[in-house]
Amino acid sequence: MEYIPQTQQQLILCCQCGTAIAPNPANMCVNCIRGVVDITEGIPKHVTIHFCRNCERYLQPPNYWVNAELESRELLALCLKRLKGLNKVRLVDAGFIWTEPHSRRVKVKLTIQKEVFTSTILQQIFEVEYVVSYQQCDECTRVAAQNTWKAMVQVRQKVEHKRTFFYLEQLILKHNAHKDTTNIKEVKDGIDFYYTNRAHAIKMMEFLAAVVPTRSKSSEQLVSTDIHSGSSSYKFSYSLEIVPVCKDDLVCIPNKLAKSLGNISPLLICLRVSNTLQLMDVNTLNVADIQTTAYWRTPFNSLASAKELTEYYVLDVEPVGPTRGRYVLADVEVARSTDFGKNDTTFITRTHLGALLKAGDTAMGYDISRSNFNDDNFDAMDRAALPDVILVKKSYPVHRKKNKTRQWKLRQLAKEEEEMAPRKQDVARLENDYEMFLRDLEEDPELRSNINIFKDTNAVAKAKKSQYAMAVEDEMQDQDEDGEEEEEDFPEISLEEMMDEMTLQDDETFAEEDTDDVMY
Amino acid sequence: MAVRAQFENSNEIGVFSRLTNSYCLVAIGGSENFYSVFESELNDIIPVIHTSIGGTRIVGRLTAGNKNGLLVPNTTTDQELQHLRNSLPDKVQIQRVEERLSALGNVIACNDYVALVHPDIDRETEEIIADVLGVEVFRQTIADNVLVGSFCAISNQGGIVHPRTTIQDQDELSSLLQVPLVAGTVNRGSDVIGAGLVVNDWCAFAGLDTTSTELSVVESIFKLQEAQPTAIVNEMRDALVDTYS
Repeated sequence: MEYIPQTQQQLILCCQCGTAIAPNPANMCVNCIRGVVDITEGIPKHVTIHFCRNCERYLQPPNYWVNAELESRELLALCLKRLKGLNKVRLVDAGFIWTEPHSRRVKVKLTIQKEVFTSTILQQIFEVEYVVSYQQCDECTRVAAQNTWKAMVQVRQKVEHKRTFFYLEQLILKHNAHKDTTNIKEVKDGIDFYYTNRAHAIKMMEFLAAVVPTRSKSSEQLVSTDIHSGSSSYKFSYSLEIVPVCKDDLVCIPNKLAKSLGNISPLLICLRVSNTLQLMDVNTLNVADIQTTAYWRTPFNSLASAKELTEYYVLDVEPVGPTRGRYVLADVEVARSTDFGKNDTTFITRTHLGALLKAGDTAMGYDISRSNFNDDNFDAMDRAALPDVILVKKSYPVHRKKNKTRQWKLRQLAKEEEEMAPRKQDVARLENDYEMFLRDLEEDPELRSNINIFKDTNAVAKAKKSQYAMAVEDEMQDQDEDGEEEEEDFPEISLEEMMDEMTLQDDETFAEEDTDDVMY
Repeated sequence: MAVRAQFENSNEIGVFSRLTNSYCLVAIGGSENFYSVFESELNDIIPVIHTSIGGTRIVGRLTAGNKNGLLVPNTTTDQELQHLRNSLPDKVQIQRVEERLSALGNVIACNDYVALVHPDIDRETEEIIADVLGVEVFRQTIADNVLVGSFCAISNQGGIVHPRTTIQDQDELSSLLQVPLVAGTVNRGSDVIGAGLVVNDWCAFAGLDTTSTELSVVESIFKLQEAQPTAIVNEMRDALVDTYS
């Protein structure tokens, strides 16, 4: 038999009140310790929190405003942050005590622990009352004072179409350059970006200057000034003008500039607009890069733009020899598509599209012989030496006729429209411009390499479904085919280039998938 | 009678005083207040002696003694020893002890018959204790503390021990000492009993922080309510009468 000592709990008297207690480091009963030390000391029991009535947000000092429901976690976090002495104790539990919403009081019940003497931890429950007082937040103040922005970037291009802005929109979306904007407004000839911070506006300007050739002008307006502190508040406007020359435009540069660019011919077409202008002489394949600063020293406008392009039918192509990249110099014989079947007027001209064109193709070009340009630089040129036609790009009319739907789409910026509803013809023109922009993207892989293209899942699914039907239909139609064959070299956008649109899935669907896995 | 006192704003009066049934040592302080409390209470019954031990004021922790004798550590100067010898009653033996554990007050707790000592004390010292103080010596711990002098206060009537002393330990100590013991505190919950309380058979001095509850425990365990210097004699007479009748 083993002796098991019977341990009996010895008791001592509490040194304050004399009740028998087990000895503890303070040798005092809990009630007396509570009476002697208040662990909630230093924690305020009444606190004021600020609430903006307009946007229904709470102030989190120093100057954050957070959205929080009554009795929400966010509000509790905010309330606890307002308690100063809470870092000196251990917070065990916190919860709201229900109060009438109209009472503008929030009550929080807290359970805290604190070491009062060496290794004596006391726990206490107490409540803190928060008074919700109204204070207008900065944003609402600015809205109320109709002073919503600090800085604005006005981007303008003085051309007839909006394609540059469609392209810019995609660039901005890809680089997420619009994230600091408070508002984006579409206006005539351009877009306005609004910012609450001057630095953000300057950042936007720098971004735009890196992607398109621009000229900027800044101006400021004094909003208010405080003579006591010597500080004043300004509004900043940055005006950004984009070079009014677009891709595929025909330009006639000043003679002086042409001389400085290696004695290039003044009549050129614009190949590309990045932060420089790339111009090409179609007769020699000579290319000139014009820097932004150089452009603004001797500005010039385009002679004709994409709108004035006429369609030509290619009768014959004969490569001459010189090449530059994918451009091959060739002599082509073309006839206007409109003349086809009416007369036998043909033109022989020299073009850079020798590699692309073959007999039977159609191409777009500027009809110099029938145009009347109003341009000093052009007038200075010898009319007799000018070509009749300058071809700019190949066109795909049959493909366009057959394939109406696209399997891809682009994202769009959330823009504020002009106050006045656009006229009907404006809407049509805008749609036309957008269509032109989409075609440009399809036909120019280099252009679309800079932007994000998304898969249009609906269109892809529809296309697959109708594929079988089409195949059957094709067989039937083969007999009555009108002889038009689809262009084989149409530069389709491959599926690899398209991105899957990110859509946020609900947790529920994930959960369902999980359960499915288990079942399998 | 139990009295509260303070030595220069310190409640640990057991550090600065040593009280027995035949003499009282107090430290030399800046003012006479502390001394006056003892003087008024002890009322010329026993001498209250101002002294230092080895030049320090912590006389209570450095010395051990009862009505028979006084042990002082080897740091005590000859001058101090001479002064004590001159001031103490003649029948009180005084002895300097060559002990490594020189804070004798911390390592020895005694009444007039029994002494509890630190378990590691020298055998020679143990013999000196037995001879000079005329006591039985037991090597003991109190609530697993080796410093028995610090964590208990005992007289011939009773004793207070460290609050965490178990019932078993209390019973054991009580049977060794032949007096009732109680676990308790002084100075508002302090467990260093020896430092907060000095006691003899008819009076006790506790630190100024000691609560009335603690003081009532002290008074009841040391039987101080009706205690008078003569009460012992009466009690002894009663016992003798009991024995021989």
